[in-house]
Amino acid sequence: MDYVYYPGCSLETSGKAYDESVRFVFQQLGHNLIEIDDWNCCGATYYMATKETISLVISARNLALAEQIGQDLIAPCSSCYTILYKTNKILQSNPILKAKVDQSLRRDNLEYHLSLRIRHPLEVLVNDIGLNTIREKRVVSLEGRRIAPYYGCQIVRPDRGIDNKEDPQMMDELLRTLGAEVVPFPAKVRCCGGMLMTTYPDVALELNLEILACAARAQAEVIVTTCPLCQINLEAYQNKINKKFNTRFHLPVLYFTQILGLALGGTPRQVGLHRQIIPFHFKAINQEEAR
Amino acid sequence: MNGEIPPSRTKAFIKEKDKKLIDSFLLQVENIPGGESLKKCIQCGTCTGSCPVSYTMDITPREIIALFRAKEMETILASRTIWICASCYACTVRCPQGVQVTDLLYALKRLAIEHHIFPRRFPVYALSQSFVNLTNRYGRSYEPGLIFAYYLRTKPWQLIGLIPLFLKLLARGRISLFPKKIKNTMNFSRILKEAEIMELIVPARES
Repeated sequence: MDYVYYPGCSLETSGKAYDESVRFVFQQLGHNLIEIDDWNCCGATYYMATKETISLVISARNLALAEQIGQDLIAPCSSCYTILYKTNKILQSNPILKAKVDQSLRRDNLEYHLSLRIRHPLEVLVNDIGLNTIREKRVVSLEGRRIAPYYGCQIVRPDRGIDNKEDPQMMDELLRTLGAEVVPFPAKVRCCGGMLMTTYPDVALELNLEILACAARAQAEVIVTTCPLCQINLEAYQNKINKKFNTRFHLPVLYFTQILGLALGGTPRQVGLHRQIIPFHFKAINQEEAR
Repeated sequence: MNGEIPPSRTKAFIKEKDKKLIDSFLLQVENIPGGESLKKCIQCGTCTGSCPVSYTMDITPREIIALFRAKEMETILASRTIWICASCYACTVRCPQGVQVTDLLYALKRLAIEHHIFPRRFPVYALSQSFVNLTNRYGRSYEPGLIFAYYLRTKPWQLIGLIPLFLKLLARGRISLFPKKIKNTMNFSRILKEAEIMELIVPARES
């Protein structure tokens, strides 16, 4: 099946490994990602916080472009996913704002007809492609790897209806399908602070400390996440956290698509492992040998 | 106080400014899907208890709604609270009355910016402004530029501390030295200009 693909700004830079591994995984599973030509920033959390109509218009431009290609839009970044989803929902329910947005988009001969479904790759992998297919296509076992699944905030909240809001299971099941051991991880939907790392770093560092401590207590060897902002907060600031709180964390933080990519036979480079600040050492054990 | 209501709190004494703020706040609330559930808040405090950062707020999320009911809009807008919210939506999903707390805080952010009411020593507005300027110009966000601009405006001396991280990310190809642009920036700004006009239009209402 073909999916429309919206990478978003983070996946072009700090979250490049996410982009690389999402593309690899979908290709490996035989599905097409068609990137929106000339997409723009989704507007992100802060745009949404400043001007309502403008933020909707910016977001809707992407929807209008995506609609020309297909029906299912995949956005891996949790923040982009939330914004695009929210915009779609507001435009569907509010004719006044929809009219304002239409009027603006017309300036570039664009129009949005409200036909898109906004989706996250995790949910597409589990619901559309299915765990059975993934199990069949798995060539490398992750047996014995202890993984903490970190969902973060915005993929299940506030109202996606794709998974349990307090204790989501999709990533847990996916990882188990790959043979990994999913550790008990009550911090799985705790907030990493997002942009607070820049604006109120003391608050954000403490939030990340809690998540790391929870993973370490469960003796996870790696944290796996779905969001570029969570990834960079948990990985790039571990040093700072160690200094500030006198801890000794050394936990790799990967995107779930990187782990999945490895299980589907990807090389470390193909899934962007060379971009980790805290390296994740992975020696592929062939599934047959493992038995 | 022998049970008397102080004059500043009676209906006749609501400050003119607060009145205006309430009106434009309510206008925003109408645009939030499910926004009307604000009326149903029972002040149980589940929002505050669920919030991972309420311990560092000067006014808790529950108190925000109480203050709104007391028509103390300026007090709300001058609080750190609306800016410390990281929009994790924990409050929203747990509220037994369906109050859209996170989206209400977003509406308050917009209101604060529109009316220039901020807490003292306040960094987030600067970040938001840098973000908007960059996005308008390039059509895409540029993280290094955004963070650089932000630190320059708020705490330039701390930029030095960011250098090691910058180099690490650079070595791993996770930072580009130049912002990426969309192809059609001309048409993009045309859309934006129109949107700015649209922003100002307030639909007529029956009174």
